[in-house]
Amino acid sequence: MIDQTFAVKKTIKGIAVSPGIIIGKARLVDRSRVKILYQYLITGDQLNRQVERFKEAIRATEEQLTMLKKRMPEQVNQHGFILDSCLMMLKDSMLNEATIQKILNEKINAEWALKKSLEEIRKVFELIDDEYISTRINDVENVTEKILRNLSGEEHESLAEINERVIIVAHDLSPADTTELNINMVMGFITDVGGRTSHTAIMAQALEIPAVVGLETATDFVADGDLLIVDGNTGDVIINPDDSDIIHYQEKQLQHEEYKSSIARKSHLPAITLDGRRIAVKGNIEFLEEVAAVKENGGDGIGLFRTEFLYLKSKGLPSEEELFQDYREMAEIISPDPVTIRTLDLGGDKFASDLEIAREMNPALGLRAIRFCLKEPKIFKSQLRAILRASIYGKVQLMFPMISGLQEILDAKEIVAEVKDELDSKKIEYDRDIAMGIMIEVPSAVTMAEVLAQHVDFFSIGTNDLIQYGLAIDRINEHVAYMYQPFHPAILRMIRHVVNAAKDAGIGVSLCGEMAGDPLCVAVLLGLGIEELSMNARAIPLVKKIIRSISVEEARAEFEKVMRLHTADEVRAHISDQMKRLVPELEEKGYLDA
Amino acid sequence: MELVRKLKIRNNLGIHARAAAKIVELANRYRSTLFIKKGDQEVDGGSILSILTLSCPMGTEVQARIVGEDSENFMRELSRLFEQKFGEGR
Repeated sequence: MIDQTFAVKKTIKGIAVSPGIIIGKARLVDRSRVKILYQYLITGDQLNRQVERFKEAIRATEEQLTMLKKRMPEQVNQHGFILDSCLMMLKDSMLNEATIQKILNEKINAEWALKKSLEEIRKVFELIDDEYISTRINDVENVTEKILRNLSGEEHESLAEINERVIIVAHDLSPADTTELNINMVMGFITDVGGRTSHTAIMAQALEIPAVVGLETATDFVADGDLLIVDGNTGDVIINPDDSDIIHYQEKQLQHEEYKSSIARKSHLPAITLDGRRIAVKGNIEFLEEVAAVKENGGDGIGLFRTEFLYLKSKGLPSEEELFQDYREMAEIISPDPVTIRTLDLGGDKFASDLEIAREMNPALGLRAIRFCLKEPKIFKSQLRAILRASIYGKVQLMFPMISGLQEILDAKEIVAEVKDELDSKKIEYDRDIAMGIMIEVPSAVTMAEVLAQHVDFFSIGTNDLIQYGLAIDRINEHVAYMYQPFHPAILRMIRHVVNAAKDAGIGVSLCGEMAGDPLCVAVLLGLGIEELSMNARAIPLVKKIIRSISVEEARAEFEKVMRLHTADEVRAHISDQMKRLVPELEEKGYLDA
Repeated sequence: MELVRKLKIRNNLGIHARAAAKIVELANRYRSTLFIKKGDQEVDGGSILSILTLSCPMGTEVQARIVGEDSENFMRELSRLFEQKFGEGR
């Protein structure tokens, strides 16, 4: 047990995004900006070393800022002034001397001391009435971040170096953070921000480890090394639990495992509704390694292969050969089931260093996904060649993300045709009938669905982005995350429109957002007429089980009732009642959290 | 030696970041140490953050205290900076 005299028990509640119960030690990582390691130090030598590191980081930051200032054109001297005040802040006693004093007096490492200084400055600034001045805290934060970056240049512990099994506690986790994670050492995640579809949630579900997000204050209450109980079914997190909590949760843990395995035993059987409709239940994956999980969980193929990982993994671009090997292996392993490969869904900023390209004000609406690919045909063609070459090793489908209108489809198809010609001229084989589809995730594509359906072989509805774009909310923004509502009547109407357009045109339509794997959504989606769902592998067995207890005809009738409800809350309550009736044990096991 | 003088803030924006930066810039040129006081709160005039936290809108009267060998010249320049509205002309 942890030292009981200092461990204060506290329970906080967040959003349960990945089920399961874990009991383990906390590892606090401050990922909101730069990663920070919190360390107590003992000897004077160690402390002096921290002071030196801090001074060195200040010097390095000063150099960088001075360089930036030199390169700044005179016309924009307003920015030059901001750099001047940043340079002053570097030497400011509230930031500089205060941090050194904290290192020495509180015997802590430089990063932690600097963070504390920032928090003190923030408190003072928060008291200022003048909004113009109080927002200058942003400059202080920027400077602090720059210093932290320089500090982390050395003696920086990355997530990859975690060498014991821990529960990751963070403000937020970005895709880049998680790519360097030593997955075997992570028991679960808890974060301050995020919602059901945040990256942390998706990641935890893919890894089949519990996660609770949106705790708001987890990083304030949890100290490194604290004992935690994380209940990914209910969203409860207990910090420094007592012995009776531990016993209680160990029992719950056991029950959860038993329920999971009881569902898993039937996951290999097809998902057929009570009225005899076969529903394809596929897996979404990001890495080749996850194919195994899809197969183990009884997935009917890969409905969404996200191809960003190989591009994020290394600094430079992956070679066509590297991509080809990856896709080929994927196609072979999952064969005879199909794999739908989505072309690159990244922003242009991922390919240039921060200095080269100005950070977009609004990356979600910026140069990304198909827009980026059409602008950079070389990068696009390399990926298309790799996909086409892999297509003879299994059943491969090609899918374009973020399509907003017909022109993008025509342009993309033209590039595909060029690539095919190139392969023909080199006598390289590929599947000539490869199916080409698009993601429906931009509202304009929903509106134009009848037209778009004439030009593609299938639609895949990406609900995560469709909800974001459709309801104009950023799900990562904790202030509006509550408005991220899959059951918003507008979203249901959009999905219905797309499904009808696809059916009228006789093309396939699947749904691959988080909604697909949400137990609560299954009946609604079947009622909408969707016959193919793609989700995180972990969700497949339960969704299959639910499908088996639903009749499509009934779901359709029920959906007509749902369409008469006009707020997301009404819809959610109605559906929740319906699901409790259809599959009573879902509620007991914590899978319904309406 | 120590000099104390009351100064009035005359520019429209008050002591915002740019004005504070000018004060610090000036303070860095002299050996003497500057303290700025508003009400009963006195802060280090060489710290841009401290000056900002004083929160001085137009019309505020602050007290400048300069301690050190070149305090006279320093005070003269500082007064000029305040009079010239930190070079903002408004």
